[in-house]
Amino acid sequence: MSTTHPGRTSERLSVAPAGKPSRTFEQQNRRLRWLMLTPALGFVGLMIIFPLLFTLNLSFTDAFGAVNSGRRYLGLQNFADALSDNRRFWPALGRTAVFTVGAVALETVFGLAIAMLMRKAFTGARIVRTILMVPLLATPVAIGILWLLILDPTSGIANELLQGIGVPRQEFLGSVSQSLGVLMLIDVWQWTPMMTLLLLAGLSTLPEEPEEAALVDGASAWQRFRFVILPMLSTTLLTALVLRAVDALKTFDILYATKGPGGGSDFEVETLNVYAYGLTFDYQEYGLAAAVLVLFTLGIIGVVVVLRLRSGRTTS
Amino acid sequence: MTSRRTALSRRALLTAAGSAAALTACASGSGAVGPNTPLRVAAANHVWSNALRERLPEFEQVTGRRVSMQILTADQLSSSYNVKLNASAVDLDVMMMRPLQEQLLFARNDWLVDLTDRVADPAFDWADVQDAARARSTTRDRVLSVPVVTERPALYYRKDLLPDGPPQTLEALLEQALSFTDRDAGVYGFVGRGQRAPAVSQWSNILYSFGGDFTTPEGRSGIDTPAARAAYTYYGDLLRRAGPPGATNMSLEQTMPIFAQGKSAFLIDADSVYTNFTDPKISKIIDTVGFGPWPAGPAGSVPYDIPSWSLAISRFSRLQDDAWSFLQWAAGPEKVLEIQTAGIPGARRSAWADPAAVAGFPPELAESMRRNIENGADHDRPEVIQVGRARDIVGRPLVAAILGQDVDAVAADAHEEFTDFLVRDNRQQEA
Repeated sequence: MSTTHPGRTSERLSVAPAGKPSRTFEQQNRRLRWLMLTPALGFVGLMIIFPLLFTLNLSFTDAFGAVNSGRRYLGLQNFADALSDNRRFWPALGRTAVFTVGAVALETVFGLAIAMLMRKAFTGARIVRTILMVPLLATPVAIGILWLLILDPTSGIANELLQGIGVPRQEFLGSVSQSLGVLMLIDVWQWTPMMTLLLLAGLSTLPEEPEEAALVDGASAWQRFRFVILPMLSTTLLTALVLRAVDALKTFDILYATKGPGGGSDFEVETLNVYAYGLTFDYQEYGLAAAVLVLFTLGIIGVVVVLRLRSGRTTS
Repeated sequence: MTSRRTALSRRALLTAAGSAAALTACASGSGAVGPNTPLRVAAANHVWSNALRERLPEFEQVTGRRVSMQILTADQLSSSYNVKLNASAVDLDVMMMRPLQEQLLFARNDWLVDLTDRVADPAFDWADVQDAARARSTTRDRVLSVPVVTERPALYYRKDLLPDGPPQTLEALLEQALSFTDRDAGVYGFVGRGQRAPAVSQWSNILYSFGGDFTTPEGRSGIDTPAARAAYTYYGDLLRRAGPPGATNMSLEQTMPIFAQGKSAFLIDADSVYTNFTDPKISKIIDTVGFGPWPAGPAGSVPYDIPSWSLAISRFSRLQDDAWSFLQWAAGPEKVLEIQTAGIPGARRSAWADPAAVAGFPPELAESMRRNIENGADHDRPEVIQVGRARDIVGRPLVAAILGQDVDAVAADAHEEFTDFLVRDNRQQEA
């Protein structure tokens, strides 16, 4: 509750032994501020900056077998190798894009639809919201194993249900052609609730007057949604899209848990993340793996920048 | 007052930071090894590891050294070694490893202790270890591991379906497997690994029995030869026409339950996992499971006979003498005999010569093992540093065959990739 008068404090602090230059409170406070920041800065430096720089350095070397074994600098050779790899790198990049765009698009549509339905208060809203959160709480590996059991081609319950309604048995995750689609749907099942919650939060902050005015003017429900609500929600929508897209781009655990190393026998779900993991842990090609990761990181930054620029343009 | 409080806070902060740094140094640093420091053993999830874990108190009692045993799946174990050994971690002493998968790489990285002088101890009786297993433990004239488990393939079959015994040829196997397949009823003639890399080791038996190998005698790619193509096509037909749906997503973890639940007439996999079908807790076919020797192909019956698991000592271990005591105990003549008597095949001649140890196996399996040892090839995967990458390349035509794709085209492309790979791998071996 007490307040400190800056001038008076400075006067008090300036009383110092003769011959020594006195330090003001601001000077001392500045030093203390840096001291207080040191643990956080140290943590960021050690856990984020150092690994990034280490990976960047590794990407220019021929590190193989052991990270610390004698390695030579190759310049941009690893990047050239990765970019000229038509067997693994480009198909993996394509799958990363398909998975991200497909999953995030469906999550956005379903998330928005559910958020619109839940926008108005109704009995049991809390229970519904709690149930919606359940997929978010489970770990991706547990979800992967759960869906592996449900979708097992020989003994899974999904095929029993399909057969019950006359649909032929499916291979699901056992099929090289269905796996990526099935995993996208699992991602949609898990992450649509997050989109719903984010958009619901955005919807709750919108003023009601513009929609009421549109209603008075005779706008249909679709017109009110398309021309009134959606433009007002665009900032929230784009923020949610950026968050989810970055997360979807980085998806690894559920792909690895369900399809194993290399993203399946025909590399059918091998995204860039899975490819880089395989290069590191299965092939011990650390230099090439680092180059792939650097390219991947640059790609993610590119996606974020594009989405943010679009977001800025839409807002303005 | 304010100034003093500030100074005090700063001092306190510095003290706290210093203490934290000291604690961190103690936690991660090179604290002295004491009598209470446990011997850390990393092992794969394997029947041998479980058998040994039950016997650990015996070692602890004799040596006075506590043992901390961590059991992981084979893939997790490999990743764990990569992380720990790259970091020169000291919290790893004894390593259970696959010599055919990892030893060349680990030797190249200088991650293993040279055991050449230690195995010369007469009590360890190194000469008692089978020749092929000793050869696999030795890289560039240095003994880097000691074998504990050996494997050959077994043709697991259902005696109730095949009262006249298992097929003697690969051709007959395909015919009989097809005759038992009824997919609508959920019954399959054959089940086997279909995942790209894991399938390679079991497919190697077919490759050899068709007269092929992963490489030619000159060290070039052998996966585009007529024999290799025929072997690819054969296994692809077997799994596609007689196997369960989703075969390309199956490794031992998926195939074992299908056979153990009685849904398949045949299974091909390592003989060391046979207890999974004789254990009433997990198997419905304990009375009907049969074990056949490897069937003959156009080039005869040529199965693999390999040391599948070995023990090694990490170069960064601070308990190397205790680790060697552990190896002496676990891979020595007495323990190998004891564990083999319990049904887990080892690599010592003395154990195989002991009727009591062989009696631990079902008689039909023991006969199958004997015949497979007679004809056995000493590898089940390409002999290279980057085994994982090699298996991925070699496995591509295999997957194409299972999916019914153009095997010749994929084999030609894989051959090209494998040729480039072998050149680079040779360069790494010579480096």
